[in-house]
Amino acid sequence: MCGIVGLLVKKPGLRASLGALMVPMLTGMTERGPDSAGLAVYTTPVSARQRKLSLYSGEHAVEWSALLKEIGEVFAGEHDIVMHGNQAVLTTTADADALVTWLKRNESLVAVLSVGQSIDLYKDVGAPADIARRYEFEALQGSHLVAHTRMATESAVTPAHAHPFTAGRDFCLVHNGSLSNPHLVRKRLEPLGIEFETDNDTEAACRFFEWRLREGDELKQAVEHGFRELDGFYTFLMGTQNEMLIVRDAFACKPAVIAESDDYVAIASEFRSLAHLPDIGHATLFEPKPEEIYSWRI
Amino acid sequence: MANLNQIAERTSSAAGAGAHVREFDLARDTLRQLNLYLHTEAVKDGVGQIRVHNPDGAHSIACGLNAELDVQIHGHAGYYVAGMNKHAWVTVHGNAGPGAAENMMSGRVHVKGFASTAAGASAHGGLLIIDGDASLRCGISLKGADIVVGGSVGSFSAFMAQAGRIVICGDAEDALGDSLYEAVIYVRGKVRSLGADARFEPMTDSDRAALKGLLTAAGRGDDPADFKRVASAKSLYHWHADADQEY
Repeated sequence: MCGIVGLLVKKPGLRASLGALMVPMLTGMTERGPDSAGLAVYTTPVSARQRKLSLYSGEHAVEWSALLKEIGEVFAGEHDIVMHGNQAVLTTTADADALVTWLKRNESLVAVLSVGQSIDLYKDVGAPADIARRYEFEALQGSHLVAHTRMATESAVTPAHAHPFTAGRDFCLVHNGSLSNPHLVRKRLEPLGIEFETDNDTEAACRFFEWRLREGDELKQAVEHGFRELDGFYTFLMGTQNEMLIVRDAFACKPAVIAESDDYVAIASEFRSLAHLPDIGHATLFEPKPEEIYSWRI
Repeated sequence: MANLNQIAERTSSAAGAGAHVREFDLARDTLRQLNLYLHTEAVKDGVGQIRVHNPDGAHSIACGLNAELDVQIHGHAGYYVAGMNKHAWVTVHGNAGPGAAENMMSGRVHVKGFASTAAGASAHGGLLIIDGDASLRCGISLKGADIVVGGSVGSFSAFMAQAGRIVICGDAEDALGDSLYEAVIYVRGKVRSLGADARFEPMTDSDRAALKGLLTAAGRGDDPADFKRVASAKSLYHWHADADQEY
């Protein structure tokens, strides 16, 4: 079992309250996912020459300012870092691929959670409320976000196995359910040069969709390919820089409720995570139908 | 099975004049307090009606009731609302989560909005009314209850339903009535596909009379003449060695 949460605000004036609106939604899904939580928030994009990397050091104390200095010595350009304890968002004009490769080689205590121009990523093990406090989720601002509370059923409880999973640029996926053919998907993708970081089933789906996007699919087309290639139970919720998308498998075993109003699109596994949203009484409530793709753009 | 005459009698006497009303507000009171009251004091009190405010999607509201109580839930309920219900009347003035009235034994559960998956699953008796749509697997493994859905139902509804009746005033998605036993389905709209061993059958006078009774009990005025009957072809009742698993 897991909980999924998505929120997209339609009015720019609400972007400052994105985190505050979301935190009760996330903690409302604690019973569905008490062991880990995470989220991807899409902020105002950095400039065309910049990229953002969300970094994570787990239980290790990393001197982020020392890391920033080191990066400055190796890579030309401008770099900045915003720290949240064991998580930090690095903004840089350096080549993101080269920087990620360098971090992997030289900084064994630092994991790269996401790369892009809009996405900031946070995930960790522990109770959702603790994680929300740890990273000050209430203060998050942005156009949309995708979040998850995890109750692990098929792989270990570690920060790396927590959701969201990311691949490529500004793409993330959270998942309630379990896939039955993740290893086949992985076997198909690895010969294409696609590297995996965990044995988690959701990572296989995430990398499959991101591969389809790089092959030229629109997100909806990538999901349609997924209907044929991914076997198992799923409610998938995804984010890109300008889109939020939800889809359920043909049997719709895993729940989801959508509330849409003039102000927002709010998604959760259950209504109890939507009940406290402002003016929820006037939102349109519905459950996504099986194998029907619902998406919203900012 | 629910006695529709008894239900009609109770319709006229529900929340009778002078009966007192007990209010619960789940923004303040705990779910445990509510359910404990429904199981103990409410039965002794002879309370006329129990009103529940701010249910906010909580699970297992009014589960396992075992008395002729009138419970009115004002808002949306979560999983298993009125599950295992016996004798009580439970009305949800909103939507219901998965498993509404699952394993109901008797009484009446009325969802005024839509119901999520597996509404009325395995219910043995009583009447489940859903004014809106019901999601997938409505009435799965039904064992004798009646279900009236004002809207449409999702795929695999009435899967392996053994006894009871399901009325669908809207459409049905895929595999309606797959592996049916003795349960009967009356459907007005389009059926995307029938499940294995389910078939359309002619409506008889007794079908029309039964359907009229169900629609009336659900407070609906639909014309029974617009409905089709779906029941089991009974080709799965016995093992056929030479069928080669081609069901």
